[in-house]
Amino acid sequence: MSLAEPAALPVATTAAPRLEVIRRFTTRFKASLPAYLLLLPSLVFLALFTYGAMGRVVLDALYQRATPKAPLRFVGLDNVSAVLADPAFTGAVVNNLIYAVGTAVPSIALALLFALALARTHAVSSALRAALFLPVLIPMVAASALFMFIFLPNVGLLDFYIGRLLPVLPNWLGDPDVALYAIMVITIWKNAGYYMLFFLAGLQAVPEDVMEAAHLDGAGPYMRLRHIILPELKPTFLFVIVIATLNAVTQVDHVFVMTQGGPSNSTNLVLFYIYQQAVEHYDVGKASAATLLTLAALMSLTALSFRTMANRDGGP
Amino acid sequence: MKLIDRLYKDAPLATRNEITPKLGFLLTLLLAIVWLIPFLWMVVATLRPASDGINAMAELMPSLTPTLDNVKDAWEIGDFPRYTLNTTIICAGILLVQFVTITLAGFAFARLNFVGKTPIFYLFLMQLMLVPVLLIVPNLSLVAQLGLYDTLTGVMMPFFASAFGTFLMRQAFEAIPTELEDAALIDGASLLQRIRHIYVPLSMPSFSAFAIISVTSHWNDFLWPLMVINSPDKRPLTVGLSVFTKTAEGTQAWGTIAAGTLMVIAPLLVTFLIFQKRFISSFVTSGIK
Repeated sequence: MSLAEPAALPVATTAAPRLEVIRRFTTRFKASLPAYLLLLPSLVFLALFTYGAMGRVVLDALYQRATPKAPLRFVGLDNVSAVLADPAFTGAVVNNLIYAVGTAVPSIALALLFALALARTHAVSSALRAALFLPVLIPMVAASALFMFIFLPNVGLLDFYIGRLLPVLPNWLGDPDVALYAIMVITIWKNAGYYMLFFLAGLQAVPEDVMEAAHLDGAGPYMRLRHIILPELKPTFLFVIVIATLNAVTQVDHVFVMTQGGPSNSTNLVLFYIYQQAVEHYDVGKASAATLLTLAALMSLTALSFRTMANRDGGP
Repeated sequence: MKLIDRLYKDAPLATRNEITPKLGFLLTLLLAIVWLIPFLWMVVATLRPASDGINAMAELMPSLTPTLDNVKDAWEIGDFPRYTLNTTIICAGILLVQFVTITLAGFAFARLNFVGKTPIFYLFLMQLMLVPVLLIVPNLSLVAQLGLYDTLTGVMMPFFASAFGTFLMRQAFEAIPTELEDAALIDGASLLQRIRHIYVPLSMPSFSAFAIISVTSHWNDFLWPLMVINSPDKRPLTVGLSVFTKTAEGTQAWGTIAAGTLMVIAPLLVTFLIFQKRFISSFVTSGIK
């Protein structure tokens, strides 16, 4: 119908197709308008605090002030190279990598153990699940307050009980060689119960009949784990690893409360470095450059895993 | 071992006599006890009188002469009622705005067709990856430019839109049969009326799941409010607790710290113990947060 119209009105041959396009666009836009209005509130906040914020990080990373009162000056990639040359930043990255691996691996392994042991539902396993899940609920700051005493030299909980067995104990939070590992213990304690939930959900997807067939064929518990359960849990693993990595970068409140990155920068992590640059040194340029680098690293990691997951689910 | 056998009495016959699963269970049992020790210490230390001295502070056996002095001290040193009020305002404010934004956006994605649906969907999806905590520096300067530095609104604002909530509501709305909406359409109900009277009432379980995740995560937020809030009377519980801990640590008042910590986490723990099943299933869905 729309194609026939120009032929019927030869006068409008040149104008009509364009008009038609515009008209079709406006009708489609009009039909879409209610949806846009419904999305508007969310989009405003996304624009301000997510995408706008990303844009500002990029811009801020390109500018610098010589002194806190001096005018802003374009410096290109100087901030990025200054951050990369800062031993405090590279130290924080190395610490954060150790921290990420050292918290993700044990907490995921423990989560798997907990899930396998508590997969069958009865009163005892429900109670144990709740006990293991409790640390997930409490603020990191509250966990820090409790562990500050646990790690207290001489009179603390750890020294009080373990000190009877071992004669010489390190100053858990005061020794630069030990402090990062002490911090890691808190994270493992806090997150294992969370990851357990995903494994519990994943275990429900393991087909009963395959397990029964394995029993009949005489597969022992180790064989069943290795050849049936673990392959079935692969997506869960991928997913939990992503969350654990994100947590290793973002969930570091205990560093703020307990160690302030010390002793001698041994527990300085990337987010704390960013905070220090922005709030303590008023160096927004360097803080933004560090944020940019961290965002780029995390986004490529998550994009990679999302693609793997999207391939599995067939996208949105 | 007899007791553990009883737990496995309805396991498949072939596996009932296997020893490895039982050892795993025993190990988990042991670790669950270890996991609870910090909480146990917190309660015991809260009730321990100061006269027991610093050397008995780590003792996990409860004191024979329990006292509430530590709770009283913590109550007087820290401004906990004020902190609790601030945290409640923050969590409630965020949740109320989120309910509006996620309902509207979730509906648009679930039921409407519009130009650019896929790119906009990805715009939301990307937010899940951009962890808000990392954007503290640009967001702090924005909040300051908006004149919201040192206000509770400034603490709430970055969380008003929630991609996770939008997806949750989209999923819930998609499950509602369109026949219900068609009936309302014939009766002349407007778009907002249909959302309000058909979609929202039928999606209460998803709203409550979202509420649990939203409130627990913002109840526990620390870094962002630490940066935005300057005045002591606007501190939320987490920031208040960290300041309180610093002060009390100087005087080695560990009983008081335990009492303060207990006060901060008690509301969450009590709610969890009451609605345990709901919490757990909500946290499972929160994976995509």
